[in-house]
Amino acid sequence: MSVLTPIAEDLWTNEAEPRLIGGKLASGTIVFPMPAGDAAEGVERYPLARKGTLWSFTRQDFRPKSPYEGPGETPQDFVPYLIGYVELPGEVIVESLIVDAKLEELKLGMPMELVIVPFNSQHTTFAFRPERAA
Amino acid sequence: MSDVYIIGAGIHPFGRTDHRSGREQGVFAVRQALDDAGLEWSDIECAYGGSAASGAADIMVNELGLTGLPFINVANGCATGGSSLASAQYAVGSGAYDLALATGFDKHDRGAFNADPKTYGLPEWYGQTGMMLTTQFFALKIQRYMQLHGISRRTLGLVAEKAFRNGARTDHAWRRSEVDLDTILNAPMINDPLTKYMFCSPAEGGVALILASEKKMRELGADGVKIANIAVRTRPPNSFEVFQPAISVQEGGKPTVLASKAAFEGAGIGPEDVDVAQLQDTESGAEIMHMAENGFCKDGDQEQWLAEGRTELNGKLPVNTDGGCLACGEPIGASGLRQIYENVQQLRGRGGARQVPGQPKVGYSHVYGAPGLAAVAILER
Repeated sequence: MSVLTPIAEDLWTNEAEPRLIGGKLASGTIVFPMPAGDAAEGVERYPLARKGTLWSFTRQDFRPKSPYEGPGETPQDFVPYLIGYVELPGEVIVESLIVDAKLEELKLGMPMELVIVPFNSQHTTFAFRPERAA
Repeated sequence: MSDVYIIGAGIHPFGRTDHRSGREQGVFAVRQALDDAGLEWSDIECAYGGSAASGAADIMVNELGLTGLPFINVANGCATGGSSLASAQYAVGSGAYDLALATGFDKHDRGAFNADPKTYGLPEWYGQTGMMLTTQFFALKIQRYMQLHGISRRTLGLVAEKAFRNGARTDHAWRRSEVDLDTILNAPMINDPLTKYMFCSPAEGGVALILASEKKMRELGADGVKIANIAVRTRPPNSFEVFQPAISVQEGGKPTVLASKAAFEGAGIGPEDVDVAQLQDTESGAEIMHMAENGFCKDGDQEQWLAEGRTELNGKLPVNTDGGCLACGEPIGASGLRQIYENVQQLRGRGGARQVPGQPKVGYSHVYGAPGLAAVAILER
């Protein structure tokens, strides 16, 4: 079985508890993702908090058209997935896949944490899941 | 700028018309608007128009006639119609011309719009991982709004039920059958909390409006409606719009709020003076949020408004009297002008089975679209 590679380079840090890589503008504003090309000039690389709270959520109930590269091939083998925005306090509100949860369990303000998960047969991606009690 | 009037209005029925291209539907609408105003194509002095997916509008001269008039193509996404109308208004209001055309048309494939990350300056992974869908944005926005302001799923359903009820009374609507509330609420989910009946679909259609100076209107003895004000605004800092991998933690402004305030100020009236309103209803939640963003009610009051039927044809403020985008579908280039067309018909008392009672005097229309822009037009009788 081949090793899964990240869906994009430099999207999250390579450490035991990975963090998404945002950018800090000269004004102090935090953005995500880190800007690329000319837009990156003067922007400081800024790893984001791993934990935050759920800002909004929904479930994707039909298979998106291209460029979606999720698992499966046809509308028949499509499995609905959760997405949402997670507020990282004082930093930025990040859009993300949500895993390890059911739609009915999601509530505004619930604690969430970052995980790196398998996405398709080739890549991993980032997601948030409800924070688990230690 | 001197006063400008809409003296002719034409529409090609929205929906699916296999035997006509988008542009041909636009030409159909222009001919109807000319008939309505009692004019010939050769009378029109300048034109503004566009489409998102059906090519340049100035090619219409092939069908309409090679009169040599200046014809400006407008490509402004969902605000194409609003921008065409604003440009035509400037052309006549400045005194440069006495008669101008604003037109918009489109013809889209079935199914949700398909966005390419690169054209929006976004990274590929955003599309690859399935987060770049317009329907998700609307669901994420209304989900949060419902929880913060106490809006129920039933109220989302009531908006759609009203849309199909009004559409059933409207000649130019696509969806001409009523759909009951239970069917709407129990239909397959697209993006929770929005079911398939709560979303509009990409469609086809064309609209044309003929604008005149006051002098020209009197000379022709035309049945005109005055443009009190038009305001087009792009997004302010820290706003929450479609296709955003991240949002600022600072709560920002909204393009709709900016355009609405500017239009009311320019017209010298307030929300309480409006008799009929057409508000962007890409989905049920959008109509609810736009009622508040345009100043017609406070956040959360929509629950009571819908329960009491205040936005029905015979209510205090009828909203989306022709069924809006939900019943007419959304041909991008024509959609904003359809709202104006509907207000022109309502203010002239030509609404037929969907006519708002009591001779409405002020009509308000609002369009919102990617990548975060809004256009508001206020018409007065």
